Amino acid sequence: MPLLEIENLQVEIEGKKILNGLDLRVNAGEVHAIMGPNGSGKSTLAYVLAGRDDYTVTDGRVTCEGEDLLAMEPDERAAKGLFLAFQYPMEIPGVTAYTFLRTALNAQRKKRGQAELSTPEFMKRVREVAGQLEISQEMLRRAVNVGFSGGEKKRNEILQMALLEPRICVLDETDSGLDIDALRIVADGVNRLRSKDRAMIVITHYQRLLNYIVPDVVHVMTKGRIVRTGSKELAVELEASGYAQFQTELV
Amino acid sequence: MNAEIKPIKTAAELKLAASFAAAKDTLPGGPLLSERRLRAFQQFEALGLPHRRIEQWKYTDLRTLMRDAAPLASVPSREAVASATSAGAIFASGGGARRLLFVDGAFASDRSDLGNLEPGLSIMAMGTALAESDSAVVAQCGDVVPTDDVAVALNTAFMGDGAVIRVADDAHIERPIHLVFAFTSKTAAAVFPRSLVVVGRGSRLTLLESFEGPDGVDYQVNSAIELVVGDKANVNHVKVGREGSHALHLSTVMARIGAGSRLQDVALTIGGAVVRNQLFVRFAGEDARLTANSATLIRQRQHVDTTLVIDHAVPGGFSRELNKAVLDDESCGVFQGKIIVAPGAQKTDGKMMSQALLLSERAEADHKPELEIFADDVQCGHGATAGALDQDLLFYVKARGLPQKEAEALLIAAFVGEAFEVIGQQDIKEALMAIAQGWLGARP
Repeated sequence: MPLLEIENLQVEIEGKKILNGLDLRVNAGEVHAIMGPNGSGKSTLAYVLAGRDDYTVTDGRVTCEGEDLLAMEPDERAAKGLFLAFQYPMEIPGVTAYTFLRTALNAQRKKRGQAELSTPEFMKRVREVAGQLEISQEMLRRAVNVGFSGGEKKRNEILQMALLEPRICVLDETDSGLDIDALRIVADGVNRLRSKDRAMIVITHYQRLLNYIVPDVVHVMTKGRIVRTGSKELAVELEASGYAQFQTELV
Repeated sequence: MNAEIKPIKTAAELKLAASFAAAKDTLPGGPLLSERRLRAFQQFEALGLPHRRIEQWKYTDLRTLMRDAAPLASVPSREAVASATSAGAIFASGGGARRLLFVDGAFASDRSDLGNLEPGLSIMAMGTALAESDSAVVAQCGDVVPTDDVAVALNTAFMGDGAVIRVADDAHIERPIHLVFAFTSKTAAAVFPRSLVVVGRGSRLTLLESFEGPDGVDYQVNSAIELVVGDKANVNHVKVGREGSHALHLSTVMARIGAGSRLQDVALTIGGAVVRNQLFVRFAGEDARLTANSATLIRQRQHVDTTLVIDHAVPGGFSRELNKAVLDDESCGVFQGKIIVAPGAQKTDGKMMSQALLLSERAEADHKPELEIFADDVQCGHGATAGALDQDLLFYVKARGLPQKEAEALLIAAFVGEAFEVIGQQDIKEALMAIAQGWLGARP
């Protein structure tokens, strides 16, 4: 059974159709890249998977290990193991990164019937991962993302992802706004999380990120559906030829 | 021919007049104070209860909100005093403050902690000071920050008991003093606590105040504190309002702050049907600093008004005010903040911010910032916001695994917590946060 299966997904927002019969199967251990031009529905897909409620699913289904993902609240999806690394991570004034990480982790563990992590255990885990992502302890004592640079915010997303240990990671334009050094730190963080039990969906506009996070499968998305699927070479081909050919194909 | 226009007196006004006539000869104090009480009551009678056409009370129409005046509370029974022993336990942890207990407005000396007073600290009951016509107390009464405010006038007319606290020069009183005002009566009654706190030059004091009482009883509290902060003194005042569901609570802090001094005032209100917290601060010496923060969390039909008058009478004053209101159901949060900069009060730096978080479409937030600036070399500003919880932010938090209610609680606590950030004592800050969390936990 695939870890994530999307069949004929149709989604609209305010009466405008964004996803138009999208199909996708992702197995544990695989990294899928979804590439496409602006407005093709990539971010909508990410939000719909995470459970944002301003989108209306008009048809189709999404299952996670056979369970109906669309019937779950966002927090239930998170506890089930779905993680969305946001394109624009939110600032949370008044809540330190430590408190937020701890609250989120314990909320998920509670829902899964696991005991809360002890403080020393939690601190050890945070320090280890934060060190790898070059996130200072000082940053963790500050309010989540408040006053952080774009790169710091993206690293913070990967820190959350690493600590929450999700089964399915959806990375929405994680490379946007990153310089080359930050890109490498973020990509290394993601690569460390690759495992046979975990699936990743990397949404990106550019091929650049895929030099660092090498995908098993590449999909091209335009106008709300996947129009082509191939190996990692497809990304290189796209970088050379652009998306125009796919957009005309559909007309 | 001129006909004098006399408005019809309300039931509450008539009852207050009857109460005063009956009590004026038995209230504590000598002839000088009796005279002062009478003048204060006459001042009230001339104006009556303030209503929405009186600018300072525009959003808290006391004539409508105070339908009746409760009789003066009687001396509490032994049982009443015993029932109040756990009152004010919120600040009990972490070293423990020196507790002064007031039950139904009367000082309960045998339930208060008056042992081992630090050098330079003296404490006595206001009731005793007035009864003995303590000339220093009587002289300062109403003199710290003179005002014609009607709530203060009523307090002066009826004032009963309270605390008189004096800190000598250069005395650092590390242990906080906690004034615990517990209302225990099962029937409607009114109390008028009045306190005087004089902190000497270069001294330090942390004063905590908490008010609590039973739900369902129409009791009325009108409290006033006169606070003198000496030159270079450092004073923290924290007030917690947890009155019962039907209580009317008016309180006024009148503070005069000396040169180079620092006053930090933080108020948290979650209880009471109608509450008005007034803070009148007069900068009497140069280069003094004031921080005045307030947090309100209310629901159902609660009404809480925070009114500040910050009078920069001398140069070099610094003031920061932050008001945070969390308003659910049909509750109403009012913020009025006036910064006055007198002619010649140059280099004044005053900033004020009021923020309301509306958790319901029926809740109401009223903000009225006012600046009256008569000097030309000053920095003053104000801001106000009102809005609902940020849906994008809520989604982000939920996507990390927090259920809706917990996600909301996290964001609301963070919003309110900003008002407490200035507090240096960790245990006091945590006590306030715990009260806010308790309120959040009671959300359906």
